[in-house]
Amino acid sequence: MIEAVGLTKRYGPKTAVEDLSFTVRPGIVTGFLGPNGAGKSTTMRMLLGLDAPTEGHATVNGRRYADHPAPLREVGAMLEARAVHTGRSAWNHLAALAATHGLPMRRVDEVVDLVGLHEVARKRAGAFSLGMGQRLGIASALLGDPATVILDEPVNGLDPEGILWIRNLMKSLAAEGRTVLVSSHLMSEMALTAEHLIVVGRGRLIADTSVAEFTSRASVGQAVRVRTPDSVRLGELLRDLPGVLATPDEERADVLDVTGADSEQIGHLAARNQLVLFELTPHQASLEEAFMELTKDAVEYQTGTAARTADQRVKETAA
Amino acid sequence: MSAVLEAARIPTTLPPESETKVSLGRVLKSEWIKFRSLRSTYWTLAAGIVLTVGFGALLCWAMLDHFSQLHAEERASFNPTDHSLRGYYLAQMAIGVLGVLMFTGEYSTGMIRATVSAVPRRLPVLWAKAIVFGVATWVVGTLSALAAFFIGQAIFSSKHIGASFGDPGVPRAVFGLGLYLTAIGLIAVGLGALLRNTAAGIASLFGLLLVLPLLVESLPSSWQSNISPYLPGNAGGALFTLHGDPGQLSPWVGFGVLCIYVAAALIGGAAVLRRRDA
Ligand SMILES: Nc1ncnc2c1ncn2[C@@H]1O[C@H](COP(=O)(O)OP(=O)(O)O)[C@@H](O)[C@H]1O
Ligand SMILES: [Mg+2]
Repeated sequence: MIEAVGLTKRYGPKTAVEDLSFTVRPGIVTGFLGPNGAGKSTTMRMLLGLDAPTEGHATVNGRRYADHPAPLREVGAMLEARAVHTGRSAWNHLAALAATHGLPMRRVDEVVDLVGLHEVARKRAGAFSLGMGQRLGIASALLGDPATVILDEPVNGLDPEGILWIRNLMKSLAAEGRTVLVSSHLMSEMALTAEHLIVVGRGRLIADTSVAEFTSRASVGQAVRVRTPDSVRLGELLRDLPGVLATPDEERADVLDVTGADSEQIGHLAARNQLVLFELTPHQASLEEAFMELTKDAVEYQTGTAARTADQRVKETAA
Repeated sequence: MSAVLEAARIPTTLPPESETKVSLGRVLKSEWIKFRSLRSTYWTLAAGIVLTVGFGALLCWAMLDHFSQLHAEERASFNPTDHSLRGYYLAQMAIGVLGVLMFTGEYSTGMIRATVSAVPRRLPVLWAKAIVFGVATWVVGTLSALAAFFIGQAIFSSKHIGASFGDPGVPRAVFGLGLYLTAIGLIAVGLGALLRNTAAGIASLFGLLLVLPLLVESLPSSWQSNISPYLPGNAGGALFTLHGDPGQLSPWVGFGVLCIYVAAALIGGAAVLRRRDA
């Protein structure tokens, strides 16, 4: 059980997390979802007492993390950035952590086997691949057989086999009755593993809901696929409308994915501005689109886009 | 894959939680494991030994070579014990670098986050690092000083200009050097915790030991004589120098002053470790 109450973190003038409150329950995987820079890692560091909150507080299993006499028995965490000395072997790294709690050294062998690092446990951790590093991070997290497990972007950079392994591991940890909090910036990943979602954007809570509810809410929304040689111009015009999100397709520069406007509105807009359309296809919004729709006001780079658009508008009027 | 899932469900063989609380003794054991499992530990300690013993022997040979050409007043200021221990000057750099790395090695690799997650009260980590490192450098420093002394005197004995271990002040000087190197190492540990950056830690330690004395030398001589004896190198030097500057502090007062530097560095390091985000 994790409880965050009014968590706020400022780094100088920058507010990374603002007044964030949530509860993470045991027995299920809870996804901590938000675009990059939303404050997920910062929140997790505050849960572990690594960063001191500017305001608010957090408890794990009823106490502040630092107040647990045997913290590794309560909470196991894998942070986003590696937390291993590159010159030390994986086995010695785990042994040093185990020693702080007087855990028997056979537990080190246990977790090494559990994550499949047996062959390389005596090698320098600095020589590990990304996947091996993630496994070592998981081994450290499970060392104290903790009731609560916190994983920050665990599938980042993993190969498909590693991703599957981590998904199954998280599910089995939750099935054993543990509290599992896992962060991701990918809605699709969360849809596969999590039962509950805490969604953040720009450091604020956006949604605290079950995945089922989130998806059903999301599929109500319609999206429109638009193909046009004037995708840049049309994108700008669409984004000027209130509540409309127009994102360029990742693969094709001439395709826009639009939510918040239906195909008729888009067609009229294109006609008024004498823009050619090749394709105008309404479809059910994907989970990823639903997530983008929900977090659009909270995504930082969008402010940049809006500013640029406004700037261009001024120039166009002047011309 | 299925093996993994099954393994995760295996009831673990851990003792009850009440028997696995974090304690200073356990953090000490953890820090000892960390200390002995890094190659840099062995390299820098070996460098410390080689510089104290080898460089000391080299200096003794050089002295032996042109002892007969020395002026009378140069001979008068020659002290065989002091001379045999002179390798300390470079050895303290090796020990200092290792001391700085005790913390900065963890900050640069991110290990500090694992350390502080396991010991969230944090300060036991500082005390444990200081004890492990302090004991290790004391043992290595004292053995090196003994070796440097006896090898140096063996070299001098061919011209009968050596000292013997029973001569007044000699045991104090030889064992004093072990204490001095330990104290310098502990200042370095504190600076590492305080500055959290290897380059900054090493630069400030070298500044304290090498640059500051030069700066003080450029001051008017009345200031110089008031400040110079209290610099860490000179204050600590009083303990293991038998024939030192006339203005130098008495041995144990000098060492006491050095210990104030140690305390200041460790307290500063403790404050930063406790307060700042890891
Ligand atoms: N130590 C720090 N100093 C200054 N800014 C930081 C620091 N850590 C994070 N931030 C800022 O806080 C915001 C949230 O970051 P982070 O928690 O890493 O987000 P996420 O994990 O959701 O991608 C970002 O804008 C980031 O630049
Ligand atoms: Mg992050």
